[in-house]
Amino acid sequence: MTNEKNEYRVSPLGKTAYWVVVVIMLAIGAVGLYWRLTQGHKLANYGQLIVWGLWVAMYIYFIGLSAGAFLISALVYAFGVERFRPIARLALFTALISLLMALLNIWFDLGHMARFYEVYTRPNFQSMMAWMVWLYTAYFILLLVEFWFEMREDLVHRGQEPGVVGLVCRILALGSKAVDAETRRRDQRVVRVLGAIGVPLAIMFHGGVGALFGVVSARPAWHSGLFPLLFLVSALVSGGGLLLALYAMLAPNRKSEEYKTLIFDLGRLVLFLVLLDGLFTFAEYSIALYGAIPSDVAPLLKTMTGPFWYVFWIGQVGLGLVIPTVLLAWKRTRTNPFWVTVAGFSIVLAFVGVRLNIVIPPLSVPEIQGLVEAVPSARMTTQYAPSSMEWFLAIGIIGLGLAMFAIGYYLLPVKPHQGKEATL
Amino acid sequence: MEYTPVVAQMKNQIVRMMEDLERALQKPPSERRWGMVIDLSKCVACDACTVSCKAENKTPPGVNYTLVIKEEVGTYPNVREVFLPRPCMQCENPPCVDVCPVSATWKNEEGVVVIDYDVCIGCRYCITACPYGARTFDFGDWYTKNTPMLAPYETAPTFEYGEERVRQDDVSPIGNVRKCNFCIQRLHEGLLPACINDCIGRARYFGDLNDPDSLVSELLRERYSFRLKDELGTSPKVFYLS
Ligand code: SF4
Ligand code: SF4
Repeated sequence: MTNEKNEYRVSPLGKTAYWVVVVIMLAIGAVGLYWRLTQGHKLANYGQLIVWGLWVAMYIYFIGLSAGAFLISALVYAFGVERFRPIARLALFTALISLLMALLNIWFDLGHMARFYEVYTRPNFQSMMAWMVWLYTAYFILLLVEFWFEMREDLVHRGQEPGVVGLVCRILALGSKAVDAETRRRDQRVVRVLGAIGVPLAIMFHGGVGALFGVVSARPAWHSGLFPLLFLVSALVSGGGLLLALYAMLAPNRKSEEYKTLIFDLGRLVLFLVLLDGLFTFAEYSIALYGAIPSDVAPLLKTMTGPFWYVFWIGQVGLGLVIPTVLLAWKRTRTNPFWVTVAGFSIVLAFVGVRLNIVIPPLSVPEIQGLVEAVPSARMTTQYAPSSMEWFLAIGIIGLGLAMFAIGYYLLPVKPHQGKEATL
Repeated sequence: MEYTPVVAQMKNQIVRMMEDLERALQKPPSERRWGMVIDLSKCVACDACTVSCKAENKTPPGVNYTLVIKEEVGTYPNVREVFLPRPCMQCENPPCVDVCPVSATWKNEEGVVVIDYDVCIGCRYCITACPYGARTFDFGDWYTKNTPMLAPYETAPTFEYGEERVRQDDVSPIGNVRKCNFCIQRLHEGLLPACINDCIGRARYFGDLNDPDSLVSELLRERYSFRLKDELGTSPKVFYLS
């Protein structure tokens, strides 16, 4: 069990503030949910041209976080990079929660929510979307099982505690009681194997999300072989950024050498990924701009100079590239937990912008010139800003994620721990 | 040379297309290949087709199976307007079909791309995949929502795909993607698609492309035609004469 004395404690004030924010977000979300369920899609601002909006962007955002966090946990479980062991379990937990948030977002986006099961009962495997759903399902099951085996021993220990924590852990241990060298070896083996299977799976499903967009030849800005790769790299960046921020905030004993080296190592990894992502994005943009085919250029110009130019310049470039690069590279800031946290959150925030820019501008260019003007309709427009319903529901889902995270963090043995001995 | 009044020519063409249709209906469905030919030089952008399609299919605001794109080319005083009616192209290789995760949309035996409203989950992936903007989502909007009464033209049943449906909140086709289907419900009754009947300039023609004697086949043989975005390999069954 974690060494209680060394554990970093969130101040009661901080806790209250956290929950106040979460409850407000959930309340807002409840309004959004009410609108969505009673009014369907009427209150949505996506239209006939920009048919996907905030929810789809949030969906690929959270899927990216999930895949990224998972792949980082796999560094430990599958590739034995022991340095990152203290955050591996937290990474799995984050991956699980992000996945749930992603699926919620996309579920609300469907025209007929009750029919989602058809993707299982009558899949069309010509469709990347069908592949994706099947792969997520496999990933979800794998995550659950891997997570359970990774926690099993601690669940058994914690199950002996009194109170709610003990009760929940007893229930979650599913009757498993044995703790000895034998079972530990078995647990570790299972986790290692599942972690290893998870790597190609995560690459497939997140590359698959990239391919979902990439295969659409009708939208030149999506139709690029770089898309699946870009998705993978950006998943790693955003997942890495989130873990960096979480660890910097939640780690026990922030004076220890271990903490400093982990922050530094993880920061370096994230820095590398940020730069790689920058390179990929540059390749994608520069090639298309140089080619100067109007249908390729138009969405990019819209991204960079349209009404939401700041999402690109301030969000994607500033928060997503420049700030984290400086903070994670500069000697003075890269080992300072505060600045590392800032860098992490800067990335986490910026990638919402990245996702919005992937989904929306490419859809905002009419397939045939003059299409939008052909019929007078509020839904036939090249403009899009999310409606209140869209914002509210998205905020609610984030609130739900934060709540699940906090509750899970309290009940489950997922805290970042110190070294090996801390797990016992 | 014998003189046939223009009006009579137009009437003859309608009659001829209906005869073509009769003939096609005698054949097994898989041997028909419905196609449309649009003579751009005759289109005056009156939108009669747009409206007749609305009347036939009772499509709500924002849902348009066919529309007319109007573009001005050149600079004053050398300007010209070009009009481009755009139904669904009923592609031979429809990219919209491949992407549907639940096979809710497919090309039927007669070559028409159809949608099963009771299956479609409303993910809208197909809309992104159509290179012609031919698909639209039924958001559940109404023309006369905030008026004392929904107008009868909004609540009258439609017979798309031969199924009688009354549009109402939360019920398909609301929440589904919808598109032009060459009015197959009319075809099977021996009627031409609504837009063909109502085109005031006789710019639109319809018939069986597999029948060499049909008017559409004849036009395609005799006149220069092109298809939109042919380079994408979608192979549309809507042809334009210029
Ligand atoms: S919106 Fe309907 S028809 Fe279109 S891809 Fe999704 S399920 Fe298929
Ligand atoms: S025009 Fe669009 S909707 Fe019609 S068949 Fe082709 S791809 Fe599908």
